[in-house]
Order: sequence, then structure tokens, then C-alpha cells
Amino acid sequence: MNPFNSCLKIQAATCLLASLSGSSLLLTSNAQPSNLLASAPQKVDFATELKPLFVERCYDCHGEKKQESGMRADSRADLLKGGDTGPSIVVSNSAASILVQVLAGTHADLAQMPKKKEKLTSKQMGLVRAWIDQGAEWSTAASTKQFTYNTNHWAFKAPARPALPAVSEKKWPRASVDNFILARLDAEKLKPSPEADKFTLLRRLSLDLVGLPPTPEDVDAFVADKSANAYQKQVERLLASPHYGEKWGRHWLDAARYADSDGFEKDKSRNVWFYRDWVVNAFNTDLPYDQFVTKQLAGDLLPNATQDDIVATGFLRNSMVNEEGGIDPEQFRMEAMFDRMDAIGKSVLGLTIQCAQCHNHKFDPISQEEYYKLFAFLNNDHEAAEIVYTPQQQMQVANLSRQIRDLETGLRHTTRDWEYRMNQWEDSVKNDQPEWLPVQSRLHPGDLSGARFYYYDDNSIRAAGYAPTKWRALFVNTNQVKDIGAFRLEQLTEPNLPGHGPGRSIKGMSALSEFKVEFVDVQNSSSRFEVKFVKATADFSNSEKQLESEFYDKSDKKRFYGPVEFAIDGKTETAWGIDAGPGRRNQARKAVFIPDQPLHFTNSMIMHIRLVQEHGGWNSDDNQNHNLGRFRVSVTSATNVVADPLPASVREIFKTPRDRRSEGQIAAVFSYWRTTVAEFKDTNEKIEAFWKQWPEGESSFTLIARDGNGIGNDKRPTHLLKRGDWLKPADEVSFGTPAFLHPLPPTADGSRLTLAKWLLDKKSPTTARSLVNRVWQCYFGTGLLESPEDFGTRAELPSHPELLDWLACELMDSGWSIKKLQRLIVNSATYRQSSRVTPELYTRDPYNRLHARGPRFRVEGEIVRDIALASSGLLNLTLGGHSVFPPAPEFLFEPPASYGPKTWKEDPGAEKYRRSLYIFRYRSVPYPMLQTFDAPNGDFSCVRRLRSNTPLQALVSLNETTFMECAQALARKTLAEGGKNDAEKINFAFRRALSRPPTDSERKELLTLLQKQTKHIADGWVNATELGTGKMGSVTNLPSGTTPTQLAAYTVVSRVLLNLDEAITKE
Amino acid sequence: MSCHDHLYRGKSPQEISRRWFFQQCGLGLGAIALGSLLRENGFAASALAGPLAPKQPPFTPKAKRVIFLFMAGAPSHLELFDYKPQLAKFDGTLPPAELIKDYRAAFISPNSTLLGPKFKFAKHGKCGAELSELLPHLATMADDIAIVKSMHTDAFNHAPGQLLMNTGSMQFGRPSIGAWCSYGLGTESQDLPAFVVFSTGTKGPSAGAGNWGAGFLPSVHQGTMFRSVGDPVLYLSNPKGVDDQIQRATIDSIKKLNQQHLDVVGDPEIATRINQFELASRMQTTAPELMDISKEPKEVLEMYGAEPGKGSFANACLLARRMAEKGVRFIEIFHEAWDQHGNLVGDLKKNCANTDQASAALLKDLKQRGLLDDTLVVWGGEFGRTPMVQGGNDGRDHHPNCFTMWLAGGGVKPGLTLGESDDFGFNVTQDKVHVHDLHATILHLLGFDHTKLTYRFQGRDFRLTDVHGELVKKLLA
Repeated sequence: MNPFNSCLKIQAATCLLASLSGSSLLLTSNAQPSNLLASAPQKVDFATELKPLFVERCYDCHGEKKQESGMRADSRADLLKGGDTGPSIVVSNSAASILVQVLAGTHADLAQMPKKKEKLTSKQMGLVRAWIDQGAEWSTAASTKQFTYNTNHWAFKAPARPALPAVSEKKWPRASVDNFILARLDAEKLKPSPEADKFTLLRRLSLDLVGLPPTPEDVDAFVADKSANAYQKQVERLLASPHYGEKWGRHWLDAARYADSDGFEKDKSRNVWFYRDWVVNAFNTDLPYDQFVTKQLAGDLLPNATQDDIVATGFLRNSMVNEEGGIDPEQFRMEAMFDRMDAIGKSVLGLTIQCAQCHNHKFDPISQEEYYKLFAFLNNDHEAAEIVYTPQQQMQVANLSRQIRDLETGLRHTTRDWEYRMNQWEDSVKNDQPEWLPVQSRLHPGDLSGARFYYYDDNSIRAAGYAPTKWRALFVNTNQVKDIGAFRLEQLTEPNLPGHGPGRSIKGMSALSEFKVEFVDVQNSSSRFEVKFVKATADFSNSEKQLESEFYDKSDKKRFYGPVEFAIDGKTETAWGIDAGPGRRNQARKAVFIPDQPLHFTNSMIMHIRLVQEHGGWNSDDNQNHNLGRFRVSVTSATNVVADPLPASVREIFKTPRDRRSEGQIAAVFSYWRTTVAEFKDTNEKIEAFWKQWPEGESSFTLIARDGNGIGNDKRPTHLLKRGDWLKPADEVSFGTPAFLHPLPPTADGSRLTLAKWLLDKKSPTTARSLVNRVWQCYFGTGLLESPEDFGTRAELPSHPELLDWLACELMDSGWSIKKLQRLIVNSATYRQSSRVTPELYTRDPYNRLHARGPRFRVEGEIVRDIALASSGLLNLTLGGHSVFPPAPEFLFEPPASYGPKTWKEDPGAEKYRRSLYIFRYRSVPYPMLQTFDAPNGDFSCVRRLRSNTPLQALVSLNETTFMECAQALARKTLAEGGKNDAEKINFAFRRALSRPPTDSERKELLTLLQKQTKHIADGWVNATELGTGKMGSVTNLPSGTTPTQLAAYTVVSRVLLNLDEAITKE
Repeated sequence: MSCHDHLYRGKSPQEISRRWFFQQCGLGLGAIALGSLLRENGFAASALAGPLAPKQPPFTPKAKRVIFLFMAGAPSHLELFDYKPQLAKFDGTLPPAELIKDYRAAFISPNSTLLGPKFKFAKHGKCGAELSELLPHLATMADDIAIVKSMHTDAFNHAPGQLLMNTGSMQFGRPSIGAWCSYGLGTESQDLPAFVVFSTGTKGPSAGAGNWGAGFLPSVHQGTMFRSVGDPVLYLSNPKGVDDQIQRATIDSIKKLNQQHLDVVGDPEIATRINQFELASRMQTTAPELMDISKEPKEVLEMYGAEPGKGSFANACLLARRMAEKGVRFIEIFHEAWDQHGNLVGDLKKNCANTDQASAALLKDLKQRGLLDDTLVVWGGEFGRTPMVQGGNDGRDHHPNCFTMWLAGGGVKPGLTLGESDDFGFNVTQDKVHVHDLHATILHLLGFDHTKLTYRFQGRDFRLTDVHGELVKKLLA
């Protein structure tokens, strides 16, 4: 044993070399300190003798985390490079090496190192000197940049199915799960608890599978069902319920960081509920987990991808979006990328990969390079918002498409020579356009709007980041043209714009208030003139319409958009509108503007293009803009030109020789051509009428792969980012996966689909384990592994490692069926145990990790509210659709509580009683009831909710509007349906709230309360109507034979019931 | 017995686990165990002392609580604290090219002309601190505050900048400094949250609730938003038609039924819930009393410029003092009003009129009550403003390289002006203090080594200062 090593081990770790800072002294190799200790005589083994010393004494301040004085000491190269004071070592000359001088304290200007730790012993100094004198070899094996991590960790090996353990009590197990649980209990000398009673069992099962309490009728049926499979029947009933997906979808939505707004400053609302509904539906249809994840990562890349497959990619798009003024969009695209990595790490892999964003992971064997290799799979996408349709709308779209197609086919049949005529037409228009010269322009440096643009090689410009709602964008062009007869503004589609654009409104529309051009003399900026436009044409303008109310700007001006002439009429109240209605609006458009006379320049002039966009709303913190999305300005010397009526897409098809066009291309040309044929007028009008019936649809955030074809579509290289800083790219890295996990197939490409397949490979060590562990956690409060987000080397061991592996194997062997996994658990004796606990058992196993009893804990925030709604009868069980706005304190959505004014228009009627899953989620203003009960707000992926128990929760369940309405509704229902006398009525209300009949003493307590409060109310201390209905005045629809006082008194009783611990607890 | 033996009435002693008994009874109500939280966060069962129980920090603290006056939007250091005569001299000229090389600005082109300071400065107090004419009240407290002219940060957009100042990270999801304090110190208040937040500006902070979130810490540590008008806390009032008698009877019935059920199922979580209802009931009484400033002496109201019933910064400052007296650990007032891209002169006058008097009054009031010694007051925004003009002649853009904050009380050296910036107030030239360093220093004053106050999450020990932060020793008294 090396004597130096042993003494190093007892030394505490901290910092060194720090005081090199500030000194500008250059040390030369001639500086020969007199009192340096001698170099050690023997050959030094760096890896064993010096590296541990460096690690302990140097790296805190001169390692990966910190580089005091710009110096790093964890590689030979870094030492040679040195820090602020020059190279740290001079190879083969230890005496001249600053490192040696400062360690020895012989440097004239620098303090001895380590500053805060024990100085080196003479022997250690000798070793350092000898090492340098011997060539300062930094053997690869010893480099701290190489991993010495534990790749042998249990969770880094694919799960193998263990044998079922033998157990003491052969009759107890109902399912294989139980053998593992009982074997551990046997070892701990504990006995399982008896089965829970039927009331408790059904309520537990119901809350677990559908997140709703059973109705008293459900309970009666179950209690009366004496058949051997009575319980299994309930399991199947609940698994088949559409509310199963609502309960289990919510767990996934936590991991998917789902929210209905962008986050950051503006926190604008976004339309992503199609994704939410897709998740719910995927659970309901038991979409196998491998497909479930694959679609979310790469649904758009699947062959024949359906709308659902594309919507599923919203998973990756749930990242926050920052459109604060002045932001650099690329910075926050990168933030979103990091977030996506984190979400995949937590939700699918069960690994904390985000640590490696800035540096090699400290504990798990993932290097920074490997992190960016994974990152490379995700780095080549457009951030799209696709127009999507509900199933009914999809049918409508299919019908309309068919009818339009039939009419067009009919035209072809009745017009025998259509092909000849269409070709003649094509030949006549093919070359009828003048040559346009795109101008290269940039936002004027004096623009202070905070808007940002991407400039493409085709001279088109795309707006990104902040979208001012009313502004006068000024673009400057310096390429000089001598003769200009006309100007053209093209609005182009682009995958990153809403609905592909070409505008930036939620529908992808724009409104150009004014198009202005001014020329400024290069030599003399005061010499300038504005072009007077006398004519404007466009390939499309919508008919004149008043601006919709969502663009209200708080002025009293009536504003319109419509004909392109509006863009040159000198009035900012009128704009060129391009909205062709649903199904056809998101297309490239163009306008041509003619000056009063052709322009001819002799001087060098700068062109100022002013794109006035004043048709947005008043609130720059919302989505009320009508801005241009992607656009390009061109000029031509030709005069008297008009905007090309042909769609750009048709011109594009012309480039393909006729004999090589696809049927689709021919049909596209035909669809335009027919509109030019006078004799087709009737049919054209019929088709037009069908288009008018096209459904609006919705938009949903999705991804579209950049395929490398076309401008703005190039493949992005991925670089390792130094310290995770997007402004500090280092070497380019290609796609790849961490070496400690299973390998990629050799033929793999860098697509998201490849990544998905790799993640869902049965050889993946953590994917299946991660899911089964989270499902277990949902049932039992804690996973078999306590940290669902971290299966790495720092995680504690699972409570039942074999069971975890067995379940993981079972999941994969079952074809990744989550419903089968649910059955395995809920049918087990382990799950069906009573949750009652003795103090002894509680002391022995406070967290119930051994499962000697059933689970008992407060349900999730959403379920807390859903239970109250269900018990009261108010619950509206409508599935899916737009998020809803139940009552909330208005001030929360107004400054100064929130940054910008937010829309929270309380839903009238039954919508406000929808399940809590559907409550609109603003990230910056979380719904207070849900936040109080620990629902995450979607800022980042959450695979483990906390469960707190606070006074604020008591205030919510006592006093919040919906809870009070639930108490009132339960009172009313009780009076109407609860039976003849108070005892029966109390039974009724109790069973609705707690699913079981009250005990005698419980009934007595409630009867006493009822009587006392009836008197209190009758005595006039409070207003009975107000207490029973929340309003003053008279009570409407009072159950017959009852009084407002009764309603009020039963409201008090109901409120007690809904506030009981048991009411919001699964037990 | 003073503890909650009634919870166990009718049970034989054998039925009551001794440890459990002490867990529930050994503490005041405000510190009662939030049982499941603790359990899920790996505290040993024996440490079930409640996450909000007052805790002693590892070192003797100088400050027991913090009042953070967060001037969101980023006030101009150049108009308020950091007087630059050279900037006046070069007004209207372009900045030196080497100064703005690689500089990224949010709105302006970095190559915009310089803008001289808009207000006069004078020296104040024995210490001779230089302050703008906009801060006449603070000027009277110059000898009690420490001005740091050498702050710098990493972010130049509001939301990331505010997050960094409040959570030590530009990304969402990290615990806020108030949450860390609550986690590390608990609260001395019996019936108020440990971490209270007000928002009094023209709008809310850019990063919203993320500024006072608990991140991965137990959610009990997140800031609770209080209002100085209306219900101070959400759902504090009884619903319509419910009088106090009904509310009391309701809570009593809930308690009795919960107790009966506790007897049957034995889960101590039920005992915790009973206590939470009691605490909620007490908050219903005490919070409105605390928030009612109408009984404050007239001279106190006048000193702050507070008016009962108004939602103002002045009222929030006075309430902060009242909460400090009640043992609230961390009080943060967000005043988002300082984003002067334009209307610099007019808005600064208005903002200072709204905040200067109350900020100074808070210091005076704390001092005369002997509370300033152990209350740390921090004033500042998320970054500074450019010496370059934005929009004509009356605005400045976001600027991360250099800005000013001040601190007072709680172990901070009074009368100190720390750090210097260059002639344009563009870069720090001496005694740089990064946001992380400020955090390290605040934690130090509260009795922590900032590298040791950690929380294990996802296999890693997280801390407010991440891997950064140096104690600013010069700031210490």
C-alpha cells in the first residue's frame, strides 16, 4: 500500500490555488526559488499517487465547476495552458513550474496553496516535482475527464424476470405480486392486514381507477353481489369507463408538464387541449405504452401519420415559450430543448440526464457529450401549430372533400377536352410574369419594438419572439436598383407560424394596415422621398370585414380589413386582409403595389419599407396580434403589372414537366384552372358553397421535422455547449445514446423515431421499470423505488427489487399494456388489504414501504375537487374539449397580481362543474384550489407530486366558491331524495360523501349539529336563503315540502361531510 | 395538559405510540407536523418536528428574517444611485466601440448614443453616500444602509432575470430564496405562513408565481400571496351566509368526526388535518387583525404614507413590519414598475414618490422598534439599465452588467458604499457582486453556509447558489 494514499484519505476537501488571481506577474523558467524541496527519487504513478491529491486539494477551485484565476487543474492540457498568470507547469522543470512554487509557498507574489486546505507535506511536494520532472504524464486511465462511474449499477441492466419467491402463507396471494410482498413480510416477521371491507374497497378502487367515488348505487350493487368474481367485475367496469383515461391521463400530463399557457412573462394562452384529450384517449383505448411514447416523440414521422399521431408530438411542445419583448428566440428555443430532454429523462428513462447539460454527470455515467448526442435527436424540428379537427369535424372535412372532388371529377367527365384546354391555358400564363428581384432587407437598427426576425437566404423574413400588437415595422434595404416599376409583398407560409401562417395571429392570419416605401439618399439622409402608391392588386383579399372583437384596441375607431387597396389608402384603420376562411386561409399570398410613376434612380438610395401593422388589440401580453409572419419584398422594372393570380403552389407545379406530374399535382392545377373557366361558373359556385361549410378546427402545438429540403428547412448541427451556454458552442456532435445503456442498432439514423424505438427497446434497462414504478406509486403513495425520476446510482434501493423487475418484464411481455398492469396490481391481496394501522405497525413502517397494510393517503388536488362535485351531484361528466374556467378570484388575473391582464371568463352553467382535469392552466397564475392541493403548474416535468397538509387547504375546502356550491347542492339533493326523516337524510348525504353508511355515533353527531344549526338559522342569526343558495332573495326550486331553513341547515351538515379527512382520502 | 390530549381521549395508553404522541404534542400549533410531507421527503420518523417549526441555523445568525423590496422591471442605477458625471459629459455621443463589443441588448442597438443622468445627486449622512434627488427619504437613512453599486447578473430579459434574482436560476422550477429560508429556518409565527408575498406595482412580476415558488422543496414553503385590500389570503372569509358561530360549529363537528375516524383507522395524518383546520380557524381571526392597519398611530401611517384600505407599496411596507413582529420569516414585496424604456424622467419621479418614503419609513420604524438589528432589508431589481438611450431622449434598455442594490440591518455594515462601476456605469470595475454572491451573503447573515443549505432532489444536492456564490465579506458589519 502506498503510504501517501492512506494519509490523503483523511484530509478534508476544499480549495486551492486561489490567490493566483489578480497577479499579472509573469514567471519565467529562470526563477529558481532557493528553498524548494527536492524532487522524489522514484517513478511516480500519477493515477494512484497524485490524482487523488489533486482531486482533494485542487479541483474545488480549479476543476470542472470553478476555474479560479482562469485556471483548471484536471487535465494535462489545462495545466500546460494555465490560468491568468500563465502556464501552471513547465514539463520536466518542476522548479520553474508555478504549480510547484505556489504549492511550496516559494512564489514571490502568490500565496501558498491550497489556500483553505492543508498544505502539501514534503513527501507530497516531492511527488509533484518528480511527476513534472518525469514528463508530467497524465495517463488516460487517470484523467478525471474519463469516467470511473459505476456502470454495474442494478438499474443499468435490463430487467430479467425473477422466479416467484416461496411464501409462508400459500393461501394469501391472489396474484404474483403478492408472493414478492409476502416474502418480504415473512422476512420482516410481519403479517399482512385483512382485506378491507367492501365499502372501503370499492371506494378505493373507484378513486384509483377513475378518480371518482362510487355512487351509492354502485356500492349497493357491489355489496349485494355475492359472486366469487364480484370484485373483478368492478375492476373491469371501471377499467372500461371513459373516466379511467381522465384519471390516469392526468398522471402522465404531470410528467408531460401540460399547461394551457406559454409561461414566462406574457404567459399567453395556448391551444393544446387536443394533446390532453389524446392522452386521455390513449389510456382509455389502452394504447400500448411503447406506441404511446413513440407517437409522442415521433408520431409525425410514422408512415401514414394520422392527425392523432401528429397531435401526440405535442408532448415535446409542452415546453414553455418566451415571447417577452427583446428576447432572442434562439435562446429560448434552446431552453425548450433542455426542457424536452429533462421531460424525456424523467418521464420515460427515469434518469436525471439534465445534469449533463453543463458538465459530465456527477454521479451517473452520462457525459456531457452523450447528453448532446441525445439532444441531437431533438434538434431538427419546426415548432408548429397545426390546424386540427374533432372527430365530427374530420367527418365533415372528409365529406366536403369528397363532394368537391366529385364535382371536379364531374367537370372532367363533361368537359372531354379539359386536359387540352388546361394545357393551352398553362402555356398562355406560364411565362406571363415579369422578373422580380427580391430585396434584401433588415429591421431598422432604430426599431425598439423588441421584435426579432429570422432572415432567410431567399430574402424572406420570419418574425419570431415578441409580437407587438400594433406597430410600424421599418425594414431597410441597401441593394440598389435603378429602375422600379412595381413593388411586391409576398406573404409566405412557414411551419413555425400558427397554422403555417402566413401571419402570426392564432389562425395564422395577418392584416397589413399600410404599405409604405421611402427612399433616402445614401449621401444625404435629409434627401428623401416617399413613394406615392396609386394602385394595389393581390391574388387574394378577403371581402371587407370589421375587425373581430378579440382585436379590440380600446379606441373607438371602427377598424376593417379587406381589399388590398386598404394597404395604400393612408388610413391605419383599414388593412389588407387575407383570410380566405377555414380550410383555405393558410396559403401564401401576394400583393403588388404600383407607384404613381416608374422610379428611376441616379443616386445611391436606401429603401425604407414600412410595414404598418396596427390591426392588433390593446394587450401586448396576449395573442391579439395580426402581424405578418413570413414575408418578402421584391421589385421589378416592369410597369403596369398586377399581382399574379396564380397560387405560388401552382406555379411550382409548372416547373415539373407535364408528363411527370402526379395525379395530385394535376388535380391541384385543375382546381385552380377551373376557377378561370367561365362556363364552369355553376359548378364553381357549388364548390365555393362547400368550402363555406368547412369547419374552423382548432390548432394544436406539434413538431415537424426539418427535412433538409428548402430554405429555412436545413438540418441544424448540434454542438456541445460549454457549461450549457447556448452562446458557447464547442465541437459538433452527432446523434447517439449513452454508452452505459443499451446500444443503438448500427443502421440507426438520427431521427426522433430512432430515439423513440431505442427508448422503447425491451433491452432498455430503465424504461419499463420507470413506468411500473410510477404506476405503483400512484396506488401506494410511494414507488417500489422511492425516486421515480432517478434510477441512477444515487437512488436508494427499491423496497422490492425483484417485484419491480417482475412487473417490468410482465409489462413488456404483455405487449406494454397498461390496463393489464393495473389488473395485476388491483387484483392483488396486497392492494386489497385494510389500511388501518396500529401504532406498533406505524412505528415499524411509517411509510408503508413493506405493505403490511393497504394504502391510505389524501387524493390528488383534482380528485379532491372532483369528489366534492360528484358527492353533490353537480359534477358534469362531459369528456374532453376546450379547457374550462370555473370560479376563481378575478384579481388573480389582473395586475398587480399577474403580470398582464389575463382572460378568465367564468363559465356559466354546467361547464364550471367539469372535472378538474379540464380546468384551464395558466402557468404563472395556477388555479388556486389546485395549487393549494399540490397540483404542479407544468413549468417542468413532474413525476412525483408532493402531498402537503396545510391550513390553506382547510380554508379552500371550507370557503372556496365551488366547495360551498357543492355543499348547497348536496343539501338540496338530500332534501329531495334523501328519505323521510333526518336520520335517513343524514344517511343519504353521508353515503354520497363517504360511500359508506355512518356509524351510530357519527349519525348522532350530525343530527345534533343539524338540530342546533336549524335553531340558529330559524332564530334569524343568518339569512337562510343566502346560506342555502349563496344568494339573497327567495329560494327557487326548493324540493317540495322543505323550507329554506332546512336547506340552510343541511348545507351546514353537507359542508361538514365534504370537509372530512375521509372524504378526500383514499383509504 | 397544554397539548392535544383530547385527540386521544378514550384510548388506552398502550394504543398511543409514545413517539407519535410527542410528535403531535411537543410543538405549538403553528409548528404542528405536516406529517405526510415529512415522510415523503425522507425525514426520519424521529425528526417529525414539522417543516415550519422554528429551527436554529448552524451558525449564530445576524438576521432572523428578511424583507425583500423587489423593484421588478429593473430601476435605473444611473438615475438613483450611481452618479456618472462623465455620462453627462458624453451625452449624445456613441459609446466606445470596445465597451459594446459582443454586448447583447434587449431592445436597442448597442451602438446607441449615451444618455446623461437625468437627476441631480448629493452626498448624504456621515458616510457621505451619494444619492439621487429622487430619494430624499432614503437619504435621511444613508448611514443605516449599505449600497452595492457593483451588482451584475446573467440575464437581460425580465422573466429570466427575476427568476435568477429570486431562485438563483434563470430556469423555472427552482425554489425561491424565501422558500429556502422557510425550509432552513421554519417560522416563528404561530398562525401565519413563513413566507409572505405582496405585489403592489403596476403589474405583477414577469415570472409570476415562479418567483415565490417552492420548486422541488415541499410546497408548504412556497410564498403565500397576501393582499393589502380585500381578503388578505384567498378564501379567508366565511362563505356568504355563514356566520362565525356556524363556522365554529362546522369546524368542531369536522374535528369530532375526524377524531372518531382517527380512532378507527389510526392514521396520524388525520390528527395533522385536525390541527390544520384549527390553524385555519385561527388564521381567519388573526390575519384580518394583522392586516388592519387602521389602528396604527397616525404618525406611523404618515411616516409610511400608508392609507388604510388601499393596495399600495406603503401599506405593504407597514404590513411587512407588522409581519416581521409576528415572526414571519421572509416577506417579499414585488413592485413591478421600473421598466423605463421610455418616460424615464416621469416614471422615475412617480415610482420614487410611491416607494421612497415607505422604504425609508420601514427602516426607521424597524430601527426605532429595535427590529432592524435582526431584520435584513434588501432593495433592488433584477438588473440595471443601459447608459445608452432608448427611444429619443428619455429611456434606457435592460442592462445586466452593472446595477445597484441596497441592504440594511441584519448584520450588514451600515453607511457602506460597496463597489464601483466605470465612467458610464456600464461595467463593474471593483468589488463585483453577482446575484449568487448576494444570495450567499443573505444566507450567511441568516446563519447558513450557502454551500451547506441543500436539498436532495433527483439524486443531487441542490442549493440556492447552485455551484456558485461567494460571501461578500465587505458587506458584513
